Formats: sequence, structure tokens, C-alpha cells
Amino acid sequence: MAVIDTHRSPATTASVEAATPGWMQRIHPAAWLVAVILLIMPLLVNDFILFQIFSWSFILGMISLSLMFLGGYGGMVSVAQMTIAGFAGYMVAIFGVSGIGAVSLGWPWWLAAPMAIVLATLFGTITGALAVRTEGIYTIMITLAIAAAFFYFVNQNYAIFNGHTGISSVATPKFWDVDWRAPVPFYYVTLGFAALSLWAVSYLARAPFGLALQGLRDNPRRMAALGFNVNAHRVAAYVFASIIASVAGILLVWSNGQISPGTVSVDAAIDILVIAVVGGMSRPIGPFIGALIYVILRTFALDFLVAVGLDGNRFRLLVGFGFLVIVFWSPDGVTGLWQRWRNRGQDSRNTAPRGGGHG
Amino acid sequence: MNRFIERHPVWALVILVIIVVALWLIFATWPEGLEDAIGRKKVFLNALFNGITLGGLYFLVASGFTLIFGLMRNVNLAHGSIYLFGGYVGYHTVEWTGSWLFSFVVAFVAAAVLGIILQVVVFRRMEGQDLRQTLVTIGLSIVFADLMLWVFGGNYHQIHTPNWLVGPAPLPFVTAVKSSGEAVYLTYPIVRLVILAASIVIGVAMWLVLNRTRIGMIVRAGVDDRDMLSAMGVPIQLVFVLVFAFGAGMAGMAGVVGGTFQSISPGEDTRFLLASLVVVIVGGMGSIPGAALGALLIGLAEQLGSVYVPTYSVVLTFLIMVVVLALRPQGLLARR
Repeated sequence: MAVIDTHRSPATTASVEAATPGWMQRIHPAAWLVAVILLIMPLLVNDFILFQIFSWSFILGMISLSLMFLGGYGGMVSVAQMTIAGFAGYMVAIFGVSGIGAVSLGWPWWLAAPMAIVLATLFGTITGALAVRTEGIYTIMITLAIAAAFFYFVNQNYAIFNGHTGISSVATPKFWDVDWRAPVPFYYVTLGFAALSLWAVSYLARAPFGLALQGLRDNPRRMAALGFNVNAHRVAAYVFASIIASVAGILLVWSNGQISPGTVSVDAAIDILVIAVVGGMSRPIGPFIGALIYVILRTFALDFLVAVGLDGNRFRLLVGFGFLVIVFWSPDGVTGLWQRWRNRGQDSRNTAPRGGGHG
Repeated sequence: MNRFIERHPVWALVILVIIVVALWLIFATWPEGLEDAIGRKKVFLNALFNGITLGGLYFLVASGFTLIFGLMRNVNLAHGSIYLFGGYVGYHTVEWTGSWLFSFVVAFVAAAVLGIILQVVVFRRMEGQDLRQTLVTIGLSIVFADLMLWVFGGNYHQIHTPNWLVGPAPLPFVTAVKSSGEAVYLTYPIVRLVILAASIVIGVAMWLVLNRTRIGMIVRAGVDDRDMLSAMGVPIQLVFVLVFAFGAGMAGMAGVVGGTFQSISPGEDTRFLLASLVVVIVGGMGSIPGAALGALLIGLAEQLGSVYVPTYSVVLTFLIMVVVLALRPQGLLARR
């Protein structure tokens, strides 16, 4: 373990140093404040912001978190996370209840959702098993090819995926006399799952598996020499990331009530990468911050662009430029900027950008 | 060739059988039973030729991509955008001047200039940071796609084929024999044949330049070890700029070709980026012959797939990629 310890990234070293006894002390006071605010959020804002901004951010954040886990800790930037989420969404729409009777099997949600998670995780595992046969930037190419192939496939296939129109009126669970798609319950559902996955990723990053994964990112040959099975660890990372992505995908289809090829388009897959990079690939909280920025931009860009005298349809231009600015000046995303601002004046050891892993 | 047969006798046999079967399918008059089983020979031959010409187009796009990747280790995910840009430039040149051939020159130059700007302004600033360069190209492709949607609109454009290339040409392939014993020959659009011939000529020329000239030697040396090359006093930055300009120019020219025998519209950039990715993954990254083989395979798979297994043709393309990755992760013709 000594070897792994010396190769730990600055971010993990910091969090382990802070690990004083008692799990409550480990959490920064600001984090408590944020948690409390998030819990009482329904009292503070209206349903539109709750549903359209926060729930959506949590869902996109979870998908990006799965990418961040692979990219930040495993050094494998997989663009196919949105595809895995979309696959889970499609599965829940196909096995569950929807408006397209010819396609859907009409299972109850508590059967359809686990089935979707299992199948999407299987899909993600196969994707991972393919992607780990190559390294670095090749991973981006292969996962991008998988994402694009899946998009063109669902776009053409009418027998299973109902082609270009997609599957609409997907039923959302209703039980205990609660409509779980109503803004407030859905907010708590997404918040719960987002918090759970955030905790799971932070926990796993410090568990032996996560440390081995970070070791593989930094020096796969040395880890192989130490007796770690490189490919098995990487595929296992894909399995874990796929579970998070597929849960998020199911929440996504429940929140939209429909799914279509547009959900898994190449643009959408790249948006997830943009979110993760803008938020920062070195900390699990980064993707959620990135998602919040993205969703706020997406929701209000129209008004903003019209206000400054531009065409409101230029949203993607704004996203693209924002992404370029971040990639150019802060490889660690917004959380990296924050880190650098906090450490200004100190020695530059902790502020050196890591570039989100070596790819 | 002989070494390949000695080392992989089984694969050599499989390839030989495939070639013989393909030749028989192309030249023989099909017996009744076969026509009943898989349809008419004319359909097959048309799909085959469409596949080969589509492969030619894919090769034009992917050869620049693979060359840039091989030399600079830069996965240029904006390559599809350059293709689309070239297509739009070509379309408007044809609209203004009416000259189809001239539009190739303009598209090549415009795309090459764009490539030079990208290389000098963007990629030179982050040399050696593979992931960051790739992320930048993703950002650029988003920006370019939206800018082009803004400037050129969302409609389909088709570049007019010049009159001297319109119409079918008879080919010496018998598609069927009439009851009178008279043979029916295949006819095929001239423009596609010309494009196919042009891409073969370009491919052979590229191979010759790479393998028989000094500049080609420099580029090949750069692919193998660019640090050592620059240590030997070769102006490596100039080589980078030239190769990037050439690769981008090829993509731009391919845009005109694609706009002539298909159409150009927003979204085509992603399609051709995917095609380039799959082609170089299958053929081997950084290898020009690999790009040619990969383009041929993918083009054939797409066209034959769309005839014989409609709605699953994308899966066929994808399956080829999976099989290649499983058996030979570095690509079919890659050296490493």
C-alpha cells in the first residue's frame, strides 16, 4: 500500500488528512449549510425552479458524476455515460407502462426499474470491456463511436425503440397516495439519489478499490507489476459508473415522461462531458456544480441572449464557448478555480492543475 | 504478403475464400435458387458499388483524420465540422461560379486555412496534452456546428452535378440474362464512378508521397518518433502545420464530394465524424492503407446492410468495430 500512498492525488490526500475521528467533523461546515438549504429548498423557491432547475441538475449531475468517477479516478474519459443512462431510460419505458402500447410490456415500475438497471449495467459493462482494450484518448473515440452508433440505431429501429418518435407518456410511480412526479416529491427523490451516489463515489474513492483505481490511472504498469488486474479493475469501475448512470437515466425518463433518440444523441452525450469538465473532474461535487450551471444556462440563455440582442437559438454557441474558456484557462473546471482562489498566496503545490487525469 | 500467409494460414484462407466468393458473385450469372434466396443480382451489384463509392468518400474524410492523429496524437473531433464547412463552401462556390471543379479548389483551400488557424492558434499552445486538445476539439465542434447553423441555415443543400457527369454509364457486369439469351449489363451513375476513381487516385498519390518522397519520409518519421525528428533539426512545427492543413483540406474536399452525391445539412458533421472514428479504429490509427481498408469495409457494411438487413445496418458497422477491437485492438493494419 505504501506505493499507492505516495501516488495519491492532491485531492484525496487532502480529504484523508481531514479524516479526524467522528464522521461529522470530516464534513466541512459549508457542506452542512448547503445540505440544510437543499433540504428546505421547497419552502424557498417555486415548483418551476424545483422541478426544472434542481431535479434536472441532480439527474444530469449524477450522469456526469459517473463520467467523473471514470475520468477523474480511473483516467478513462467515457463519452458513453449518457448512452448508458438513455439505455436504462429506454428499458424502463419498454418494460414499464407507456403510451405506446405496441412497444411497452406494461410491467409495474418496481419490476421494470430494477430490470432496467440490470440491463443498462450489463450494457455499460460491455461498453467498458470494449473501451478498456484501448487507452487514453482512444477511449474517447471508442465510447463516442458507441454513443453515436446507439443513437443511429434507436433512430432507425421501430420494432423495439419506436424509432424517431421515441416512447411517450411513460408512467411515473404513484404509491402511498403520492404522485412521485409532482415537483416536491420528485425533488426529494432526485436529491436523495444524488446524495446517495455522491456519498458512494466519495466513499469508493477512499476504499481500497478506489485507491487501486487511482493507482491504475497514474501508473498502470507499476500496478500490474504489483499484482493488480488492470482490466478487471477498469471494467469494475465501468460497472459501478453504469449503475449510477442507469439510476439517473430512469429518473430522467420519469421526469420527462418520454424518451426519444434526441435524449441519447451525440450532442447530449457531449453535453455530459461538458458538464463534467466545466464542473471539474477531480472532485465528486464538481459534476453537480457543472450540471447546475448548465441547466441554469439552458433555461435562461434564451432570455439572456434575446436581452443582449442575439438570436435565442444560439444556446449551444454559448455552451461551446463556455466550455472552451474553461478548457483553456482552468483544466480543473469551476471547482479548480475555487480551489485556486482559496489557495492564492500559498505555495503552488496544491494548486497545480492536474488536467483531469492524464486521459 | 507471403509472410502474412505463413504467419496466419487460417486467416489467409478465410480472406481468399471471401475474395473468391465475392468475385463469383460479381461476375457469374446467378442461378435461380440464389436469386430466390437473396434477391436480384442487380440489387446486390448496386449495393456493392454504392458501398465501394461510399467507402471512397469515407476514405477521403478519414485519411486526413488518421494522418493528423498519427503525426500529432491529436484526435481532432472537429474533423466532421471541417467536412461540413467544406461542403457548404463548395455549395456556395458552385452557386456563384457554376464550376464544380473550381469548388473543390475553393473548399480545399478554405478548409486548409481553417486547419492552419486551428493548428497555430489552438493546438500549438497545448502540445503534448492529448486529453486537453481533444476536449478543445469537442468544444470547437459545438461552436462550429452552431455557427454553421446560424450562417448557412438548417436546410438540406445538394451540390449540382455538372452536366457532363450526369447520367448512367454501362459497366461490363452482367446483372441478368433475358429469356432471349441477351445479357443485361449494369448501369451506374458516372459521377459516382468519377468520384471513386478520384479517391483511388488520391489514395495512391498519398501513398506514393508518403513512401517515396522526402516530405513523406519526414512525416513517417514524425509518426514514429516526433521528438527524435525534431532533435534532428527538422522544422517540426512547419510539418505539423502542413499536415494539419492537408488533412483539413482533404476533409473540406470530401465535403464537396459528399454534397454532390448525398447532401449537406446540420448533423452531417456528426455522421462523418462517427464514420471517420470507426474507419480509423477498424483500419488502425495513423495508417493510410488502414484508412482505405476500414473505409471500404464500413462503406460496404453500411450499403449491403441497408439492403439486406434494413434498420440494423448501423449495428453491422458497429459489430465490425467490436470484432476488430476484440481480435486486434490496434486496428487491422496498424503496426503497433
